[in-house]
Amino acid sequence: MQPSDDLVCCPVCDALHRVEALPDGQRARCSRCGTVISVARPEAILRIVVLASTALILMAIVVFYPFLELRNGVFTSRASVFETVMSFSEGVMAPLSIAVAAFVIVLPVTRLALLLWALSPLALNVSPLPWATNALRYAEVLKPWAMAEIFMVGVAVALVKLADLATLSMGPAFWSFAAIVVITALKDTQMSKHAVWMALDTAMKR
Amino acid sequence: MDGPGHSNEALTALDAGLVGCRHCTHVSPLNTEICSRCGGKLVSRDPTSLQRVWAWWIAGMLFYIPANVYPMLITATMGRAEEATILGGVIDLANFGAYGVAFIVFFASIVIPVGKFIAIAYLALIVRKPHGEKPSHLLHLFEVVEWIGRWSMIDVFVVAILVALVQFDLLATINPGIAAVCFALSVVFTMLSAMSFDSRAIWDRIETLSK
Repeated sequence: MQPSDDLVCCPVCDALHRVEALPDGQRARCSRCGTVISVARPEAILRIVVLASTALILMAIVVFYPFLELRNGVFTSRASVFETVMSFSEGVMAPLSIAVAAFVIVLPVTRLALLLWALSPLALNVSPLPWATNALRYAEVLKPWAMAEIFMVGVAVALVKLADLATLSMGPAFWSFAAIVVITALKDTQMSKHAVWMALDTAMKR
Repeated sequence: MDGPGHSNEALTALDAGLVGCRHCTHVSPLNTEICSRCGGKLVSRDPTSLQRVWAWWIAGMLFYIPANVYPMLITATMGRAEEATILGGVIDLANFGAYGVAFIVFFASIVIPVGKFIAIAYLALIVRKPHGEKPSHLLHLFEVVEWIGRWSMIDVFVVAILVALVQFDLLATINPGIAAVCFALSVVFTMLSAMSFDSRAIWDRIETLSK
């Protein structure tokens, strides 16, 4: 059999499919394992770009503004996300500091930047930037390692643990971070591997 | 596209003499090494998949043991130092009356890692020989394992936040214990173990069995 543009393989079970243009809002599932292969959402690319740039701007607030503040009588301690990440920076714990920084800040930011690099020219109707395909591929590879939303749940648990020790207040960075988690989740629901790659393909051929 | 009905006789890319890209779903002729669309590496069936699954699994297990034995948090209040392990932290939360949060931490740090070790070992053993399991069941198990693994990181992040916030010199300070590093490594290794698993193998075995 000859490979052609409308042939698509299921990334989960390797079944071959021929995908035709879908009516808006329809989704195509693998006939064997049921994995969603393509979703027709004509506005998806624009939405992904808008949501990713919003999240990226909010990320700047997260890094530079106070995150949580703890008050216990005369003592006050304030931590930004950066300080949280650096809390393991002494001795044997140093590699953990780097890992936490990567999971919470570096990888989510890299992922957003890669997506914008690959997809924003498409949303603006200009020709794609060099390395767009590599950027899109790495954005997908990094997905399980970007753990901002898990960090948020960690914050909730830490708040409960500290509730009897001191009064806590949330800074602007806390709310931005909460917004980023929601926006990223919204953005990921718009992503359909096949549809996004087809859009990039068409743009490259222009 | 066919309807949502499940049939086991679907033509795979391998049967058709093609190799599909797992990054972008593009298909290329068999023996192509790099995907022409996205530049990703192409492997039709990864023969080293199970070896890598077990290697990461063992590495994860090796670090999971000290992660539970050694302290996760070292709290110093008024000159008194208290050490808390993962399980100790959960018990503290429960004593404090925060049952919901205690349950979340218990689930993320104990149930998920242990369940993951068992599930990955089960999948890696069962795909080696023909079996009567339904592939869709195994696939669901695999997808749950792959998706849920990262949530175990909660406890590591909790430690990071507590350590950063609670630095009141003499009054109270919290420092991380060695278990935090072990636990983080264990989670990363089991995530890599799950990712090394080639989900296409689950389906291949069923095909050979039914022929």
